[in-house]
Amino acid sequence: MIGSPDVVAFTKEDDYGQPNPEPWPALPEEFSIPLYPPADSNPWAKTSYAKFTKDFILISEFSEQVGPQPLLTIPDEPKVCGTFDLNYFSLRIMSVDYQASFVGHPPGSGYPRLSFVEDSRVVLGDSKEGAFAYVHHLTLYDLEARGFVRPFCMAYVSADERKIMLQFQELSLRFSQASECLKAGNRRAFAKELQRKLQDLEYTHSVLQQEEGLQREAAPQTRYSAHAVEKANELANVEKSIYEHRDLLKQITSYHRRPRRDPHAATCHKCMSECLAECEDLLEKFSKLAGPLGCTGKKVSGDETDGEAGEDELEDEEGLRRRPSYTPQLIRAKSAKCFDKRLKTLQELCDETFYEASIELLKETEKSFRGDLCYLYTCRLDTALRRKQRLTNFLFEEETCNDSNEDEVIIRPICPVNHSVESYTVLKPPHIVLAPEPLEDTPEPFSETSHTLESELGLGESHLESSPSDQTLETQDSSEETKGSYSSGTSRNKPQHNLDTVKYDARDSDFTPDHERESSSEDMETTVGDDEGVNGDHTPVSLLEPDAECEETPVEVCESDMLLPIDTTCCMAQDGFIYEDLPVPTESHHNTRAQPPQTLVVNQEPQALHVLQDHYTIGSPSKSPGLELPVAQHADTVSRVSVEDGSDCTMSASTGSDRTLSPIGYGGVVTLRQKKKAGQGALRFVRQYPFAMQALWCLLSGRTLVVFGEDEGRVRKLVAALALFVPCPGKCAERVQAWVSGPFSLTDIYRWKLIGLQRASSPVGSSTLYSLSRYSRYISILDIDQKTLLCPPYRGHLLSNMADHRTYIRRGSTYFLHLQSMLCRLAAKAFLLTFTHHLHLPVSSKEGPEVVLGRRHCFLQEQLGLGEEDSQILLYLSQLITQYYLQNPTESPTVSPCFSFKYITSVLYKI
Amino acid sequence: MLRWILGSREAQGSVEKSSVLCIGEEQPQNCFTELQVLKGHFDIVRFLVQIDDFRCASAGDDGLVLVWNVETGEKLQELRGHSQQITALTTFVCRSELKSQTLLITASSDRSLSLWDPDTGNRVQTISDLQSSVKCLLVLERLCLFLSGGEELCVWNEDFQLQCHQQNHSDTGIFVLIELPKNCVAAAMDKEIVIYRLTVSANSRSLTEMHRLSDHRDQIRALINVNDNMFASGSHVGEFILWDAVNWSILAYEHILWEESQSASEIRMGSAKPSEMSIQHLCSNGKLVLAAVGGGLYVYSVLTKAVVAYRKVAHDSNVLHTMLLSDSKLLSCSEDGSVRLWEIQDLPLPAEPASAGFFGMLTFGRSSKQAGPPSKKVLDVPDLKMLELIGDLIGHSGAIQMFVNFKENSLVTCSADHLLILWKNGERQSHLRSLALFQKLEENGTL
Repeated sequence: MIGSPDVVAFTKEDDYGQPNPEPWPALPEEFSIPLYPPADSNPWAKTSYAKFTKDFILISEFSEQVGPQPLLTIPDEPKVCGTFDLNYFSLRIMSVDYQASFVGHPPGSGYPRLSFVEDSRVVLGDSKEGAFAYVHHLTLYDLEARGFVRPFCMAYVSADERKIMLQFQELSLRFSQASECLKAGNRRAFAKELQRKLQDLEYTHSVLQQEEGLQREAAPQTRYSAHAVEKANELANVEKSIYEHRDLLKQITSYHRRPRRDPHAATCHKCMSECLAECEDLLEKFSKLAGPLGCTGKKVSGDETDGEAGEDELEDEEGLRRRPSYTPQLIRAKSAKCFDKRLKTLQELCDETFYEASIELLKETEKSFRGDLCYLYTCRLDTALRRKQRLTNFLFEEETCNDSNEDEVIIRPICPVNHSVESYTVLKPPHIVLAPEPLEDTPEPFSETSHTLESELGLGESHLESSPSDQTLETQDSSEETKGSYSSGTSRNKPQHNLDTVKYDARDSDFTPDHERESSSEDMETTVGDDEGVNGDHTPVSLLEPDAECEETPVEVCESDMLLPIDTTCCMAQDGFIYEDLPVPTESHHNTRAQPPQTLVVNQEPQALHVLQDHYTIGSPSKSPGLELPVAQHADTVSRVSVEDGSDCTMSASTGSDRTLSPIGYGGVVTLRQKKKAGQGALRFVRQYPFAMQALWCLLSGRTLVVFGEDEGRVRKLVAALALFVPCPGKCAERVQAWVSGPFSLTDIYRWKLIGLQRASSPVGSSTLYSLSRYSRYISILDIDQKTLLCPPYRGHLLSNMADHRTYIRRGSTYFLHLQSMLCRLAAKAFLLTFTHHLHLPVSSKEGPEVVLGRRHCFLQEQLGLGEEDSQILLYLSQLITQYYLQNPTESPTVSPCFSFKYITSVLYKI
Repeated sequence: MLRWILGSREAQGSVEKSSVLCIGEEQPQNCFTELQVLKGHFDIVRFLVQIDDFRCASAGDDGLVLVWNVETGEKLQELRGHSQQITALTTFVCRSELKSQTLLITASSDRSLSLWDPDTGNRVQTISDLQSSVKCLLVLERLCLFLSGGEELCVWNEDFQLQCHQQNHSDTGIFVLIELPKNCVAAAMDKEIVIYRLTVSANSRSLTEMHRLSDHRDQIRALINVNDNMFASGSHVGEFILWDAVNWSILAYEHILWEESQSASEIRMGSAKPSEMSIQHLCSNGKLVLAAVGGGLYVYSVLTKAVVAYRKVAHDSNVLHTMLLSDSKLLSCSEDGSVRLWEIQDLPLPAEPASAGFFGMLTFGRSSKQAGPPSKKVLDVPDLKMLELIGDLIGHSGAIQMFVNFKENSLVTCSADHLLILWKNGERQSHLRSLALFQKLEENGTL
């Protein structure tokens, strides 16, 4: 199967040359080497020959009537797939389906079996079409279908094979979820269908019996006439059918007890148990009939009393069954499956709500995978790293809305009936390759639970054994095992395995134990082993160990190894990405790119911290060369690309009146786009004013900066630009006020850290002047008309990298990213300062406060290499962190914040 | 300093004028480097009273009494009940066998008196429909009584039962009451100080007028206890009289601005406004008496019976409240919306020509020549010291009515701009926050 011509072996061109591919390196490949050969410098060129423009999700089915056919695409627009031949592609992806191999009667069993087939996941590609797909096969049950199964598949189609390969786990996870959802709905629908069918059959049965009875009464001598025989046969058929269906119902009920080997099979437990209860209910109800019917069955057409008894029972049952508004129908003699019969649609197969939910899930998946791989990575990396710095994120980062929103929700078993609130299982997202968390290998607590679970499971199994389906199950198992493999080329298999183990580990440590996970985790190794067998890949399992270990090594090591290369590449790519994307501002893009801002920047954050923690002497920033964003060099390359752009952004005289540009301060959330624009403004400011550094110092050290000017547009623009530097600006930039036209009070000064103030000649203006002079000790005043800045002198060098007016950075977004990285580093230092115990508290009881003070001073001066003024920045940030940490979210509104200041003389800076 | 903003000549002049006493932004000795604005009042806040180490109560023209936690800035209680402005606020320590509890007594223009429990915010007692509104309150803790002064003088017990009262013949009414030894109280009304003796017998209490001191020539503005033997009063025209607390005789009589109001007034202003030499406020620590005279400050030593140090123009307008922090440091607040910190320093050298600067400080820059001769008289005092401005607190936009100083360098000011500002030592606060941080870390088990 794997060798089928449709499946493209995922080998790299260069891999062919290597007879003995070395074990999967510790460092994920894509981070260590250039993504593509240097000649192929434009990573986007690769996608160009695909016949579709964007990735999409395709759902196809293998119809028993017409063969493979596409059902729908997500997004559901015709232009998505362009000239891409969906029919042809459906054929391809469905042809690699090797799950639905076993249907019908197994030998030695009288009844048809439902095949419990696990989903299979395949990556395949069509190099000619330039399409690659992650294909997720699943089977749904349909009473009317051949073998009761309908094979479906969901495929994530992309032009970038690497994207699929590297996102395999998450794709698999998400698709599994959708598939689970569909299947759960399908089981419901199937049970319902069975119920109807059983009712029909029973009704038919009773009618037939009655007919037979009448016939016998009317003409007892014609007992063995052809007609009577036919009737008897019919009756027997119906009875057999009833048994079959009852058995099917039993089987579908036992579905949940089956050990799942699908690691991603996480379903809503409530739903499951509900469904289970429903099915069991049904089962019970119908098994009540078993007695009388069984009797009649044994005695073939039985005698009247029995039949009557059966009828009585039936009537009773019907009385009970009045509640469902289904009137049983007479089933005519079975006709062979005909091809003009309409097959149920996917919606009909699955419960409507479940269908909707899974489509929603897939839509979400499609959305979350939009964009280039590099972009996805940086986003992921960013969020991962930001999550580690929860405490300082509020300073300069965009608030991440909700933790649960971040990624747990992705994995949470989706439940269309909204049970998920209770049955919430927090699963780790797939680690993929980015920032492997240290996996706690704690089997101890687990083994205990597993014990009990095992026994439970054993019970379940014995129960199963009693049912006639056990044999099937076993064979099923073996067939599944072969299916569990990934259809990929030989050499590509290893990474896959690697991913697998990682994934399983993660799962082990984080899954809440449920009765399925037991067996699945047990089977892990065997699955791998089976893969080997299937693929003929004789890599010993032990070979995988080092990799797994590497994944499990403490974060620091892995991260520091990995991050260095990713930093620059990602930034470049991101930049390019932004650049490419700017001309087409579509709404959807806008949405997806809501997160990226910090991305590139944040990925330096833990790094910096790490350095801090390790060496403790961060004094010279040059200590960590890898961290330095290669500003000049980078900017050079960019500036060449965007000369026009740059000139435009630096020269364009502020025309003023465009106040729509800067909605900062209007209470709206500042979007990334605005931030980038602000980055441009900030860059312009830095290049234009030699005292920009002083102004930035004021903002960063918590001194309120008043931008004073006549022209509202200019003031607003500058405020929007400078808002980037305001620590802890609040979710909606509450600490920034873009435009004030009257006098202000002390409360304004400490509520807002950056204020745009109107210069007016009216009486209002003079009172404004009065308040300016009165509170001058608390504020710095940037006069944009006269180009002066009144603020305390700053002679530090901490900000020189941020506010160098000779900077080579030409583009606003580049500068913004540069800025973010610098600010992050500041935040990391502040974090260290805040949480280093001995810098605030005496080590021994003998120490007085001045010793502690001295130590803090020493730390700032000697170890961080900061002067008096630079220290103020860190102290201010540290203070914010402290306040943030101590803040009780429930009581905050009653207490107004504190406002700290220093009595320092201001100096007037002129251009 | 702000010339570049203001840009016009006359504005510049005004800046210079007010910068006579501007010490600039460099204030190394000013430890109030953190502030917190406490909002809650809707009108002028006039009274502040300390309840205990961490609480204070504020009251004002909106009739509200608010209880604050000065450590966190939290508003603890809102005592509502008075329909008109509060005219007096004081604490009342109620000592029972088990515990002592601090209660608050308020008097309002709605002619009612109320007793509040600041812990719960309950109004414990209230009396309304008094004949006149109460202007001042005096608690006699050892007798478990309190006195209210207005047009009449009443004595109440802790259950708000009227014990006795004394009709007052003056039309202005009593506006200050102080306690004197031997169960006497002194009440200031208009130009007189009346001494009453409170006789306490088993079941009755009575007030008898003992003496009337009518030595002031104008309305008395301030009346304080200096120590057990002395009390002091100040009048609208700058008379300062030190009295013997036991036999009510005059120990010292000073005319603080008398000389200058004679000579310099017509030169400078045409006529000296009485408000410029009115003694607005007096405070004392037993050895020194600090008098706020107009916009100036005078430190008077009770021991030497002489002015130790003074600053004629300490604020741009009237000083409303003062406090002696220690023997050398004092605080003043004024209608100009600033609180100033002063230090009594020795003069650099008596012979130093820099004393011209001292003259300069006495009056406005240009008028120092004219002001020179009369002030020589003051200079004759041998051990005159300098009152040096070491810091100022700017934050309020209206007149600062009062302030209360708490231990550990925190100060609460209340103002006509409806705000209270809590001034703190930033260093100490940040240290406290660090402590709290590590404590919380420990609690969370993350340390």
